[in-house]
Amino acid sequence: MKLVCAVIQPHRLDDVKSALEAAGVRGMTVSEASGYGRQRGHTEVYRGAEYQVDLVPKVRIEILVADEDAVSVTSVVVGAARTGKIGDGKVWTLPVEDVARVRTGEHGPDAL
Amino acid sequence: MVQADATSDIAAALSAGNTAWILTASALVLLMTPGLAFFYGGMVRGKTVLNMMMMSFISMGVVGVIWVLWGFPMAFGTDVGGFMGNPFDGFGLGNMMTTDGSAPLTNMAFVAFQATFAIITVALISGAIADRTKFGAWVAFTGIWITLVYFPVAHWVWAAEGWIYRLGAIDFAGGTVVHINAGIAGLALALVIGKRKGWGKDPMRPHNLPFVMLGAGLLWFGWFGFNAGSALAADNTASVVWVNTMAATCAAMLGWLITEKIRDGKATSLGAASGVVAGLVAITPACSSVSPVGAVVLGLVAGVVCALAVGLKWKLGFDDSLDVVGVHLVGGLTGTLLIGLLATSAAPAGVDGLFYGGGLRQLGIQAAAAFAVLGYSLVLTLIIGFAIRLTRGFRVPDEVESTGVDLAIHGETAYEALGTGRVAQEVKA
Repeated sequence: MKLVCAVIQPHRLDDVKSALEAAGVRGMTVSEASGYGRQRGHTEVYRGAEYQVDLVPKVRIEILVADEDAVSVTSVVVGAARTGKIGDGKVWTLPVEDVARVRTGEHGPDAL
Repeated sequence: MVQADATSDIAAALSAGNTAWILTASALVLLMTPGLAFFYGGMVRGKTVLNMMMMSFISMGVVGVIWVLWGFPMAFGTDVGGFMGNPFDGFGLGNMMTTDGSAPLTNMAFVAFQATFAIITVALISGAIADRTKFGAWVAFTGIWITLVYFPVAHWVWAAEGWIYRLGAIDFAGGTVVHINAGIAGLALALVIGKRKGWGKDPMRPHNLPFVMLGAGLLWFGWFGFNAGSALAADNTASVVWVNTMAATCAAMLGWLITEKIRDGKATSLGAASGVVAGLVAITPACSSVSPVGAVVLGLVAGVVCALAVGLKWKLGFDDSLDVVGVHLVGGLTGTLLIGLLATSAAPAGVDGLFYGGGLRQLGIQAAAAFAVLGYSLVLTLIIGFAIRLTRGFRVPDEVESTGVDLAIHGETAYEALGTGRVAQEVKA
């Protein structure tokens, strides 16, 4: 099993979610996140005082998938999140040792 | 503030209409102080929002009590040399509980209305010293300052025997008494207390701009009581003042936003809220003496001037945290002085300024009033400020400033955060 994590532009979330649903992904966890990469933040001006804000709002998506689905799910996210501009985000995959479904107590791939 | 018996166009017998309007206006002006708490509270960081709002709220507590004890007689009671009223003659307001019916307004309605002005004036100062002030020191300051600075100045400008009133200066609703007074006091305290740690380096962004917008809205609403109520009658003057107050405020918002758009590239919500307050401040002294078009001009000028003035603190290096100087001192001076140019005898005050053929005379009187109040307030506030700093300390310890005054001084935080841990409850009966 794998965990696919994606940090993307907040305004791409709806498209990514639809694309994942269309690709058969049945669940995900979404959270608000802050961060920066090459984009290096932005400036905000309050009563003429300029602030460099390096942490910008992002959305983090986590999806648990079977081993063989990791690559395709990753490419679905990348395809749907891309705008071609700096700051589009990153997607990475981690191995997962075990998963348990809380309601039934199932373990492993059955719990996905 | 007009002497209602002389200039009101309602007959000089007790009027239910006047009294109803002034009691209503008093409630409107009182609401400005909680409104100010939101306006200021939204502009500070999340770790000090409660303290910021409490500095406004506590001035209602302290000043409201002082007002009924010695405040009103000291501001409007038996004159002592044109300088102040006698605080012991009418102490506790026992002499104000009846009204003889010959004045157009009940005695207590005037007491009520004026109380709300004293309350908000001291609250305004707190914006200059955000995030770093000992609460007890602030409480002490409110009581001392209102007694030694506000009551005498209100007497000079608004009591019939006051020396600035007799000079012929126009300050209809408090450009000098409220805004120049509080603005320069804010500067004095910012200097006495010193800059926040990390000022100019660490980000000190407003933590909740919707609060700021809400506060600006409440202030604007209450300000109609502040200005139109200062007619002390439900009459033509109050109506002209109402429209002038709206017109100048709208124009000032536009002035501030245009300045921002040109200078910074974007029109901001903080700029809109600030422009509103700048316009309200500037029209306050002038609302009875200019035409509606004059009010628009005055508001536009105030919006632009204040938008530029808030940058001064960065150049001069004083931490007037929420721009009490840039908005209230500069806006108050702008409105008070522009009367000398824009006043028209067609308006209720009946005075012509320079642009209406009145020459420079009124401008000179306005400047004298403005700088007399400014000088007195600056010197007295510095003395009071240093006295508090030397005796009990005015500033919280560094670690309290880092943690946030809310938790350290008030034992509360405004916002629930993850990681507060399990809550253990103990009920004290």
